[in-house]
Amino acid sequence: MARFKKEKSGELPAISTASMPDIIFMLLFFFMVTTTMREVTLKVRTRAPEATEVQKLEKKALVSFIYIGPPLQERLYGTESRIQLNDSFRTIADIPEFIYMEREARVEADRPFLTTSLKVDLEAKMGIVTDVKQELRKVGAFKINYSTRKKQEKPKD
Amino acid sequence: MARKVPEINAGSMADISFLLLIFFLVTTTMDVDSGIVRRLPPMPEKDAPIPEVKERNIFNVLVNKNDRLFINKGWGDIRTLRADTKEFLSNPRNREDLPEKKVENIQFLGDFPVSRGVISLKNDRGTSYNMYIQVQNELTAAVNELRDELSRQKFGKPFSELTDQDMVSAIQKAIPMSISEAEPEDIGGTK
Repeated sequence: MARFKKEKSGELPAISTASMPDIIFMLLFFFMVTTTMREVTLKVRTRAPEATEVQKLEKKALVSFIYIGPPLQERLYGTESRIQLNDSFRTIADIPEFIYMEREARVEADRPFLTTSLKVDLEAKMGIVTDVKQELRKVGAFKINYSTRKKQEKPKD
Repeated sequence: MARKVPEINAGSMADISFLLLIFFLVTTTMDVDSGIVRRLPPMPEKDAPIPEVKERNIFNVLVNKNDRLFINKGWGDIRTLRADTKEFLSNPRNREDLPEKKVENIQFLGDFPVSRGVISLKNDRGTSYNMYIQVQNELTAAVNELRDELSRQKFGKPFSELTDQDMVSAIQKAIPMSISEAEPEDIGGTK
């Protein structure tokens, strides 16, 4: 059996790493496509409550967010729930302007489909949320979405 | 006399793309935003007449500042809210004190008795947001379950799996999502 000579043992052939960049690039593109850029720096805590009957928010470009919750920096701003629009704390009175700006930023055809997503901390009180909702009604931003986490429903016994 | 172009070393390519990858991992989020979708009613006009609704057609849900439920005229419980709502909306035995039905002709379903019941939800300024969402969730679940049952009975598959838009709107018409939120009032102080 001279034809099947045993190879010399000991030295392992080096694994080619030439395709490594390609693999990494593939991963990179995957992440670029499936994720979205973080847009705002959160200044309030927003732990979403859990619910079972949730619907996915479609068309992320047509969603404007309003954050409500206790400030992250408690020493500076206290524990009372505050409203955050874009990158800063705001009051109820700023909401109409915020909605107008959001509308201006969209193409006219898309404006009726603009949804306002309320990201509210589960410990916040309804008072502030009701005030925000009233403002939204006044400016005609009727489509809203209470941001919640999906909870798996317990099987019935 | 073609000069030989020296080959560029591509060994650091992997490192560069790793850097980019890590940058994107850090700056982006992957969470899918989900939530309970609602449509706010337009602001009522001044001196607008309050629509007359029969008492049997209203399902009053109140949440007070201590997150306790008050349904119609007694204490309620979040665990039974879904079943209560379903019974109110479907009124299976045509009881006198539950909402009346109006027969309407709906595509695919023919003459279908549509409930005229309205759920009226009212909360205090001191109610916690978590409780409010739980109540909203139970009310939505009740409507969704009724729609599911009807959809299974008529089309043989759950409501969420219906693909025909006409079928979806037929079911939506037969079981409307009639949750109305009362105009906010200050009762019982804040917090």
